[in-house]
Amino acid sequence: MRLAINWFKYSAPTTFYGLAGKMVPYFAWPAAILFPIGFYIGFFVAPTDAVQGEAYRIMFIHVPASILSMFIYLILAGYAALGLIFKTRLSAMMAAALAPTGALFAFVSLWTGALWGKPMWGAWWVWDARLTSELILLFLYLGFIALQASIDDPRRADRASALLAIVGSVNVPIIYYSVQWWNTLHQGSTIKFTGTSMHVAMQQAMFTMLVACWLYTIAVALARVRSIILEREGNTQWVRELKEVRS
Amino acid sequence: MSAADFFAMNGYGFYVWGSYGVALLVFVVEILMVRHRRQLALRQLQLMNESGDAQ
Repeated sequence: MRLAINWFKYSAPTTFYGLAGKMVPYFAWPAAILFPIGFYIGFFVAPTDAVQGEAYRIMFIHVPASILSMFIYLILAGYAALGLIFKTRLSAMMAAALAPTGALFAFVSLWTGALWGKPMWGAWWVWDARLTSELILLFLYLGFIALQASIDDPRRADRASALLAIVGSVNVPIIYYSVQWWNTLHQGSTIKFTGTSMHVAMQQAMFTMLVACWLYTIAVALARVRSIILEREGNTQWVRELKEVRS
Repeated sequence: MSAADFFAMNGYGFYVWGSYGVALLVFVVEILMVRHRRQLALRQLQLMNESGDAQ
């Protein structure tokens, strides 16, 4: 019961603004430390790949960026759905705060994929299931952002973009299973639930980079949602009495 | 392994550093954008407060 009360307390923008501000460094600093560690393991500890040579090292940024681009979308859609059902203001703001970061990870996934595809497949881009569905994911993010920006009334903007986010979430399992459902050029995942054939240092590098990307995402989304709260709650007393606004 | 060998990545240097370079750039630009958005929001609110006090 107490847990429920606390949850609702922190789901109010008034309290979450301060809480988010306190939380940012706890995610930002570990991310700033883990990125160089992951890079070090990936480039100085992990051995050269037997098949792909040095080019495989793109994996340590490509795979985490791709995973994040999909996960962030699901979290965004979850927040959007919460906002739609319970009309909680903060949920919609969190969805809006996650969208740019998700779009950037989708872009990084496509960009690093092109730079990996060229030497390995001989093509920057092919219209196969995995690549095309990831491109659609990027467009879904951009559509969400554009829809938010194009409707002046925040409540209507939240509702419209929430619908887009929820409908678009069917694309995420399509991306994930595309390498199994269709005959694609894109390789399947090396790490499976049943184990992996990957060298231990390669696993460590990828896992470290993945955690760093997660921490980065949380830090950036929390920092961004604070600005969104300020933008949307600007006419309220508590925002006007914040010391950073009064000074 | 020399530094030149490291950056050459056995011929894949362009692809490897093109990947990591752009990813790093994206992160840096996003952090600057988040910072800029906060400054913009605060400035707007400060202006609103000042015009409110003047009335």
